[in-house]
Amino acid sequence: MREKILYVLGIAAIAILAWNINAIARLPEETEQGVTFKIIFFHVPMWAVAITAACAALLASVGFLVTKNFRFDAAAVAVTEVGLAFTTVGLVTGSIWGREIWGIWWTWDARLTSALVCWLLYAGYLMLRKAIEEPTQRATFAAVFSIFAFLDVPIVVFSIKWWRTQHPAPVFWAGGSFPPDWTKHLLWNMAAMLLLGIVMVAVRLRQEEAQREIDSLRRTAHTL
Amino acid sequence: MGFLRQVLVIAAKDLRAELRTKEAINASLAFALVILLLFSFAFDPTEETTREISGGLLWIVFAFAGALVLNRSFARELPNDCLDALIAAPISGAALFLGKAMANFLLVLAVELVSLPVFGIFYNVRWTSQFGELMLVLALGTWALTVIGTMFSALTVNIRLREVMLPMLTYPILVPALLGAMQLTTGLVAGQPIGPDTVAWLKMLIGFDVVYTAVSLVLAETVLVG
Amino acid sequence: MSAVAVEGVWKFYGDFPALRDVRLEAAAGSCLALIGRNGAGKTTLLRIIAGFSRPGRGQVRIFGNAPRETETRRQIGFIGHGISVYDELSALENLTLFGRLYGLADPRRSALEWLERTGLERVRNGLVREFSRGMRQRLAVARAFLHQPSVLLLDEPFTALDDRAIAVLQTLLRQALAEGKTIILSTHQLREALELASHVALLNRGQAAFSGPSTPEMAADPGLVYARYGEG
Repeated sequence: MREKILYVLGIAAIAILAWNINAIARLPEETEQGVTFKIIFFHVPMWAVAITAACAALLASVGFLVTKNFRFDAAAVAVTEVGLAFTTVGLVTGSIWGREIWGIWWTWDARLTSALVCWLLYAGYLMLRKAIEEPTQRATFAAVFSIFAFLDVPIVVFSIKWWRTQHPAPVFWAGGSFPPDWTKHLLWNMAAMLLLGIVMVAVRLRQEEAQREIDSLRRTAHTL
Repeated sequence: MGFLRQVLVIAAKDLRAELRTKEAINASLAFALVILLLFSFAFDPTEETTREISGGLLWIVFAFAGALVLNRSFARELPNDCLDALIAAPISGAALFLGKAMANFLLVLAVELVSLPVFGIFYNVRWTSQFGELMLVLALGTWALTVIGTMFSALTVNIRLREVMLPMLTYPILVPALLGAMQLTTGLVAGQPIGPDTVAWLKMLIGFDVVYTAVSLVLAETVLVG
Repeated sequence: MSAVAVEGVWKFYGDFPALRDVRLEAAAGSCLALIGRNGAGKTTLLRIIAGFSRPGRGQVRIFGNAPRETETRRQIGFIGHGISVYDELSALENLTLFGRLYGLADPRRSALEWLERTGLERVRNGLVREFSRGMRQRLAVARAFLHQPSVLLLDEPFTALDDRAIAVLQTLLRQALAEGKTIILSTHQLREALELASHVALLNRGQAAFSGPSTPEMAADPGLVYARYGEG
C-alpha cells in the first residue's frame, strides 16, 4: 500500500516536471540574460527543497533529543541525505551553467559560497554518522551537530552576503525581470521537486529501518 | 559547590595537566610557526599584499594551530577512563564543558599572542597600532573557535578518525566567525580602528559567540551523558 | 526502601537487547556479587546503576532516587575498568581535585587521609604515570572511597590487582560493610568476592538468571551457581 502511494507520487512528480519543462522551453527568452535566466525555474525550487530539508532535519533532530524515539533519527538522516543530494545537484548544475554561459566553472559570489558551506555542513553530518557505530550515541551526536549546523545556516548566508557587498565578485545570475505570469511555472516546479523529495525521503526511510533491523539481528546472532 | 567554582576547578585541572606536559601547546606553537613559514613561500610578501591578507593569514594560523589544542581537550580524559569519573561527579555537564572551554581559550590565546609578534617580524608588519581593539577581536574570535572546538571535541572523543573529523566539522561551522575575525583583523593590523562599516562584523562575532555558547551549555549534558 | 533497586531494566544497543528485564535489589549494608560470563551484561548493568548510561526501559533507584540526581551522585563511588585518575597529576593533586568536585569540606585533608589508608602517603607527590600497577589500583580505590559514598559499585575490582592491593581493598570493603554501606561488585574472581558477599546474582545473556543470599555451599564451590543456573 505504502509502496503504491510512493509510486503514484513519483510518477506524478515526473509528469509535472516533464510537462513544465516543455512549457518553460516555449516561454519567450528574458530580455537581459536570454536563455540563462530560465535556470531560475530549476534552481529556485531546488533551493526551496534543500531549505525545507534543512528545517525538517532540525525538527527531526530536536524530536529525537526530546523523545529518544529512533524514528526521528531515521527521519533526520533521510531528510539530510535528500537535502544534500538536491544541494549537490544545484551546485553542479549551477557550475556547469556558469561554464556554458560565462566561461568560468566557479565564482565566489554570495550564493555559491553560502551553498558550498551548507553543503560542507550537511556532508559533515553524514560523515559524523558514519564514524560512530553505536546507534544511540550516533543518533544523539548527529542530532546535536544538526542543531549546530542549522543555527549556522542563516549566519553563514548573511555574513557571506555582506562580505560580498564589500568585496564584489562576478555573479552567476543576477536578478533580471521576472514576468508575473511565469510564477505559476515556478510554483509547479516547486511542487514537483517537493514531491520528488518526499518520495526520496520515504524510500530512504524504508531502507534505514531495514538496515537497523539487520543490525540488531546481526547482534543477536553473535550472542547465540 | 556553585557553578562558577565547578567551572574554575575543571579549568584549573586542565591547565595544570597541560602545563605539566606541554604536549598540545608545544605542538600548536610549532605548527603555527610552520604555517607562517610556508605562507611566506605562497606569495611575495610586499607591504601591499601583506596588509591585504594579514587578517586571513593570521586566522588561518590561529584556527589550524588551535585545532591541535582543542583536539586534546576531551581526548585527554580518555586514558584511564577519567571522563567517567568527571561525569560521575556531582557537577553539571555545562560546568564541565565551560571549564574545559575556558582552559582551551587561555591555551589557544597564549599560542596566538606568541604568533603575533612572530608574524610581525617575519612579514615586517607593525601590528600594534590598534592594540586594544585587536585584542578584543582576538578574544572574541578565539572564544568562537574554542566554544565550537570544545563542544565538537566532546562529540568526536571516541570515534574513529577523530583528528580528521574534528577540523572537518568545526571549520564549516566557524566560517562566519572566521570571516568576521579576518575582516576586522585586516583593518586593525593596517592601523584602522573599527569604524561604522566594520562594526557590523563585530556585532556578528559577538552574536555568534553568544548563540553558540548558550546552545553548547544547554546541550553539554546531553552530549556527555548518553 | 532498598539501597539499590533495579526495576525491570532493559538496555538496547540499537535494537539488540544487552539487558532484558533485569530485576535486582540490594539492601543497605549488604554486599551483592554480580557474576556472569563475559558479555553477559555485568558492566552494562553496573554502568546503568552508576548513572553513566540510561536504560531503554525500566529504571534504577538508589535510595529511592534516580542515579543522575546531583545528591545521589554524591552517594555513589564507582571503580570501573580504568583507574580514573590523571597520569600527569600527583596522587595528592588527583584526590584533592576529586575532593573539590564532590564538595568536601576540606579536600586536602580528606585526600591525605585516604592516601594513608591506602598506603600511598609516601608517594603522595609522585606523578601517577610513575606508579606501579598496584599503586595505581590503590589510588583508584582511594578516589572511589574519598567522598564517603554510601553505595559502592565496583566492576571487576580484583582483576589484575597485586596481593597488597587486594588486601587493602578487602579491608576497606569490610569496613564499609560494617559501617552499613552497600556494595555491588561484579567479578570473575568468585572466591574473593564470595568471602565478602552476602548476596549473589547471576547474569546470563542480559537476564538475571538467579539472585539470592549467598550460601556456604557457594563459598565452598564457587562454580555451583553457574552450574545450576547458567548455561553450559
